[in-house]
Amino acid sequence: MTLLALVLAAVLAAACVGYVALPFLREPDPESDRLDEPGELDRRRVALEEERDRALGALKELEFDHRTGTIADDDYRALVGPLRRQAAEAIRALEPRAASSVARVRSCP
Amino acid sequence: MPELGRAALILSLGLALYALVAGGYAARARRRRLARSAQNALLAAFASTALASLVLVSALLRHDFGFVAVAQTTSSDLPTAYTLSAFWGGQEGSLLLWLLVLTGYSAAAVALGRRVGPDVLAWVVPVLAAVCVFFAFMLVAVSSPFATQPAPADGAGMTPSLQNPYMLAHPPLLYLGYVGLTIPFAFAMGALLARRSDERWIVATRRWTLTAWAFLGVGQLLGAHWAYEEVGWGGFYAWDPVENAALMPWLAATAFLHSVMIQEKRGMLKVWNMLLVIGAFCLSLFGTFLTRSGVVNSIHSFTQSPLGPWFLGFIALVTACSLALVFTRLPLLRSQTRLESLVSREATFLYNNLLLVALCLTILWGVIFPLLSEAVRGEAVSVGRPYYDFFLRSFGLPLLLLMGIGPLIAWRRASLRALGKTFLVPLGISLVVGAILLALGAGSSVPGLIAYTFSAFVLASIGLEFVRGTRARRALGASSWPGAFASLVARNRRRYGGYVVHAAVVLLAVGIAGSSAYETVREQPLRPGETLEAAGYTLALRRVEERDGANATELRAVLGVRRGDDDLGALEAGKNRYDIEAQPVSNEVGIRSDLLTGEDLFVIADRFNADGSVYLKVLVKPLVNLIWLAGLVFVLGSLVTLWPDAREQRRLLARYELHPAEA
Repeated sequence: MTLLALVLAAVLAAACVGYVALPFLREPDPESDRLDEPGELDRRRVALEEERDRALGALKELEFDHRTGTIADDDYRALVGPLRRQAAEAIRALEPRAASSVARVRSCP
Repeated sequence: MPELGRAALILSLGLALYALVAGGYAARARRRRLARSAQNALLAAFASTALASLVLVSALLRHDFGFVAVAQTTSSDLPTAYTLSAFWGGQEGSLLLWLLVLTGYSAAAVALGRRVGPDVLAWVVPVLAAVCVFFAFMLVAVSSPFATQPAPADGAGMTPSLQNPYMLAHPPLLYLGYVGLTIPFAFAMGALLARRSDERWIVATRRWTLTAWAFLGVGQLLGAHWAYEEVGWGGFYAWDPVENAALMPWLAATAFLHSVMIQEKRGMLKVWNMLLVIGAFCLSLFGTFLTRSGVVNSIHSFTQSPLGPWFLGFIALVTACSLALVFTRLPLLRSQTRLESLVSREATFLYNNLLLVALCLTILWGVIFPLLSEAVRGEAVSVGRPYYDFFLRSFGLPLLLLMGIGPLIAWRRASLRALGKTFLVPLGISLVVGAILLALGAGSSVPGLIAYTFSAFVLASIGLEFVRGTRARRALGASSWPGAFASLVARNRRRYGGYVVHAAVVLLAVGIAGSSAYETVREQPLRPGETLEAAGYTLALRRVEERDGANATELRAVLGVRRGDDDLGALEAGKNRYDIEAQPVSNEVGIRSDLLTGEDLFVIADRFNADGSVYLKVLVKPLVNLIWLAGLVFVLGSLVTLWPDAREQRRLLARYELHPAEA
């Protein structure tokens, strides 16, 4: 029983070691071993997109709450303007990137 | 074959250690293949821990009493289901279950966590691995489930109170909750270590947090039902330190689930959310420490063990390291906006958070004060029910009220005119309900009356939200009312699923208030033929029976129950005698539930006297069954909230520019 247990344990250990070593066995000599890291531009884009989605989500919720009567007309009018401005600003800030993305897509064969 | 189990655990420890060291180095030096290799090591650690668990399960099923863990918790006549549940019935097995769930969660989180980005994931792996290393080390070096001995003829048997169907589900669910809180903690720490200020970690862990929180909630409720049926004192929650140990992380996680919405919607409370995630995880470790160290005397805890100092050291290390990390990353966690008004939905979330955390901290103080008193002054003191009940009422009732106020207030700010309009209906309904209850005599308990009135307010405000929302969706073009309702819930799963969970909490509050503030208690000895009256019930002792059960001798008082002119049949209450040393006698209570009124008739046969009489304690507990119904509603609400939303997935894909397979 002990021998069988040891054999099974050795098989399991070998399988685990093989699995752990798999990334190196699959790519013994990769072009780049560098872990992807977002650059400053990418971080800024994500922050802007989060801001845009936050503003758009808030607008959507505001419209719905206004429709259900949770928000009075006065409150709605006071809140909707700044939210629209916030969303528009985030969208505008993202535009150059969007335009370059479109250009990149168009230039693809 | 204990050797295989031991070898598998040593392998798990080695793999977790590799994931910690190699993963940490890979994240720091930005090595892609090494980071991937560390991820694989975590996945492999799950496989080897699963094998170790299989070895223990196999030993249990074979009644291999050569395993100390098997001999201490089972016997050859123990039914198979309970024999399997002995896996978590003992200290070592339950620690193995912790590691199994932890490595399972870690493997799944790593496999599904690509959306968080490779740089954050690279840091998540060593954090998860560090926790795995601790538990694997405990199992290998301090408390092994594979310790052996010359096999005795039979095992010591399982503690009778654990031989209950609820014990098959309660501990594993609780573990799924406790351990699940590791995942949001690891992703939060990963985001900080990777210096990421965006919300990917929140998006990646939202469902993990909800899942862990839901398991912890359901696990506690099942535990409460077990205590109600099995412990035999007439209650379901005794403010026992080990019960509190599960409640505290749940409260912290509840606060986090609310405040994280403010971060997502307003970019606020980033530091607070980090502290809540750390708090919830550390409290889950603290709960494990309380259960396992032997420092508290509880029916739920394991006996004295050498695990305590290890756990305390680990908790101190985790707390210090994570707080230091938050402190060094404070510039990344600056809020993007400010609270615009103290009368807004985010403000109610904030008040809710303060109350939840205050409740959690007062419970924590109630748990640790006796320990500190004994350690510092050598005096054994106990913090009892009056302390906890006072703070539950002080913080719980305002929390209940806030659940009704929150949905009625708009985000950002609300004018008094709007508030007057939206509050009118729920406030009116709650005042009418309060007045009716007062007229019916509910004023005998002021906290009970307040709880019922607040509950009516919350249910009315939730109902109003559903009605208004459905009407709005219908106006937006839904073809039918059911279609409008379905569309409303499907498009806002978190919001409306959350309301269903709130409704569950209201049911819970009504059940707790009804069964504790308005219960009737009668106790007296009865001879055969004599009767006892309690809250409209008449109980007559028909006879006393002794018979042989599956693995115990059953002594029962057989009672005839009437209510007015209605014969409600027979009810049995008594004791079981087991041939084991750990707990030779167990209380077997008699419960008659009226599902229509939610009321229970609860009978404890406290003493069987030599003169043939039985000392009975009879409790009539109004609305207690709403507590268990609350569990079902809680599960329903959690499922609605957890159900994936394809449109949201697409939006997140676009935001984080991920490959569809990774989302």
